[in-house]
Amino acid sequence: MSDIYQDSHESTLRKRYTISVLSEDRPGLLNRVTIIFSRIKLNIESINVSTSEVPGVSRYTLVVNTTKDHAEKVTKQIRKLVEVLGAFLYEEDEIYYQEIALYKVPTKIFLHGNKIENLVRANNARILVIEEDYIVIEKTGHKHETQQLFNLLNEYGVLEFVRSGRVAISKSKRQTQKYLDELENSETHILNSSNGQDKYGKN
Amino acid sequence: MCNRLKVKTMSTLEKTSKTESKHKLLRVSGSEAVILSLLEENVDTIFGYPGGAIMPIYDALYHYQNQINHVLVRHEQGAVHAAQGYARVSGKVGVCFATSGPGATNLMTGIADANIDSTPLVCITGQVPSHLLGTDAFQETDVLGITMPVTKWNFQVTKAEEIPEAIAKAFYIAKTGRPGPVLLDITKNAQFDEIDFKYTPCEKIRSYHPYPSNNSAQIEKAAEIINNAKKPYILAGHGVLISCAEKELLELSEKADIPVALTLLGLSCFPPEHKNYVGYLGMHGNYGPNIKTNECDVLIAIGMRFDDRVTGDLSKYARQAKVIHIEIDPSEINKNVIATVGINADARQTLEALIPLIKKNSHTKWINEFKECDKIEYEKVIKDQIKPSTDKILMAEVIKKISDKTKGESVIVTDVGQHQMIAARYYQFRKPNHLLTSGGLGTMGFALPCSMGAQLGAKDQQVIAIAGDGGFQMTLQELGTISQYKIPVKIIVLNNHFLGMVRQWQQLFFDRRYSFTEMTNPDFPKIAEGFGIDNAKVAERNELDSALDKMLSSDGPYLLEIEVEKEDNVFPMVPSGESVTNIRLD
Repeated sequence: MSDIYQDSHESTLRKRYTISVLSEDRPGLLNRVTIIFSRIKLNIESINVSTSEVPGVSRYTLVVNTTKDHAEKVTKQIRKLVEVLGAFLYEEDEIYYQEIALYKVPTKIFLHGNKIENLVRANNARILVIEEDYIVIEKTGHKHETQQLFNLLNEYGVLEFVRSGRVAISKSKRQTQKYLDELENSETHILNSSNGQDKYGKN
Repeated sequence: MCNRLKVKTMSTLEKTSKTESKHKLLRVSGSEAVILSLLEENVDTIFGYPGGAIMPIYDALYHYQNQINHVLVRHEQGAVHAAQGYARVSGKVGVCFATSGPGATNLMTGIADANIDSTPLVCITGQVPSHLLGTDAFQETDVLGITMPVTKWNFQVTKAEEIPEAIAKAFYIAKTGRPGPVLLDITKNAQFDEIDFKYTPCEKIRSYHPYPSNNSAQIEKAAEIINNAKKPYILAGHGVLISCAEKELLELSEKADIPVALTLLGLSCFPPEHKNYVGYLGMHGNYGPNIKTNECDVLIAIGMRFDDRVTGDLSKYARQAKVIHIEIDPSEINKNVIATVGINADARQTLEALIPLIKKNSHTKWINEFKECDKIEYEKVIKDQIKPSTDKILMAEVIKKISDKTKGESVIVTDVGQHQMIAARYYQFRKPNHLLTSGGLGTMGFALPCSMGAQLGAKDQQVIAIAGDGGFQMTLQELGTISQYKIPVKIIVLNNHFLGMVRQWQQLFFDRRYSFTEMTNPDFPKIAEGFGIDNAKVAERNELDSALDKMLSSDGPYLLEIEVEKEDNVFPMVPSGESVTNIRLD
């Protein structure tokens, strides 16, 4: 197998990647992140933005289905944004992840027999609210799991369905605060002017 | 930040006297805070154009005319290109002002140009009062939104107290790491409101790390590869000039005896008469530097980004070579060409660390292979270009004459097209940062406004703008600025009555279907005359020398129109999308 063939194989193999971004909590940053994807016409499968455990620091979780090359390049572009503290690219086996889904179904489908109740139990879902006209069921899991429950419930009629973006946490032992401290104290903010040469020795 | 810049910023020591900020807090308007902050950053020249939403800042500027020179341009695009010219010759940050809406959108081309060509700018735009944001108020545009993809950073200031910090950050971000344009959009209420002014220069942003430095392992690896190379080859770019690594580049090239080729924006970073200098890279570059890319065993790329105009078909580009890529912008490493060793760091620092690890070496036979190519190129292309037998004057002979007459020491500012490639090929740049050209964006209309900024940034230098008849007409209103401020730039319009480069492609690749490329032009000297600028026109070869001499010896601004061959082509040429090996000599 020639190396050119390998290159092209590698470059056309699409996979699901999760990009986890730590950033300063600033308005407009979401736009800065998403235009990096739209510039190369790469669709974002899901996106979630929330505060992290560190005050003032946001965490973005983006999921894309693309080639490794593209995934790496967009991650580098995100990292380049001035307000971004870190951007990490993960394959599926490098993270733990979940999505949450809500299903609004008519109350009446619960009334005849216990089929729906069994579905809820078997799928580890739970009932969030019961109203006179509808019931909201909640399920957390991977996309194929929440989708499976949707398919089952839809046989009885689903009024509304919504699924969140993925949230993911890496398998690494890195602690966010420690990572930020290291960033803050690194010497990469300034050019080591004339004594540059000595610096390399120390590093 | 480079040497040149460091020296310039030394003068910050005297700044306390300017604003007395160290002694007491001044109560000032946001507008005055803008001016005081710019003074703190040692800004001495601003290019701009006033309008409704930036009027308070212009009013504050009125009181500081003895400390800051403001140049009123004729179009905002002129302001941003002038700021680019100023920045690129001086190593300082270029500054421009524009009002909201159309003022700001007119800056866009120059901002995009500065972004792709790594030019440090701080652009300040006025904006409608913050309570009107999002209401489609008069001259309201989402400037932040539209500049987001073409700036290194942008920020909207809606409160006066944010001004000093925003300006401090803007300058720090613009000039550090890979330089680039920053835009600050300041709402009118923030310009009017009062604050206690205190200025602290920005030295650090937690989330921004412009100078990655822990590279010793890669540098050792690179040294080993270079020491074992049989046919090493250096490609040097703009990064060498930005980091002031010319001396180190020369040292590396001499110590290991490595041939050096330059990218368009790298031109002027290596002495052209040096035995190791092999020429200019890319689509219209020299013959040897292009074909040898596919014969070297080690490619050492320094401060360049493997633009498609340099690489041609990537799948056939330097596949045989080990690639060492020294580059300050991490997203450029492995972007187009996979690096065997990627060194994400400042070029000068890397070379300083690399040189002691490099063994003295000799590659005479390899370098001579380039010289053989030079002979072929001279015979097939250059000879007939600089000593032509055509009736009409050729662009190349004009550039060659200017190069000889100015000893290669003038600042050459080009527009975009055939004349640009000819200037890059035939001018012998002997001083760093002496070619100002729009490389990445290829912005027609760049030369004239850029040259006036360059002249103001390098007052003691001879600045020569070289434009074609097409590009010149895109921004010729700046003759008004040049005239008003008596900026002594020399302007050459090489008139072939065509959009020459497009015509060349039409000839070569579209069966001579000259679709909308021929131009009926105005009388350029008469236009200059109307602006009160000395001028001349030359069409005969035997008058060329005296016309150029007269222009070069004139004191003020001067426009010289030179009528050149209508359908001349620039060769060599790597056809778009083809391998560099397929470079055509005719």
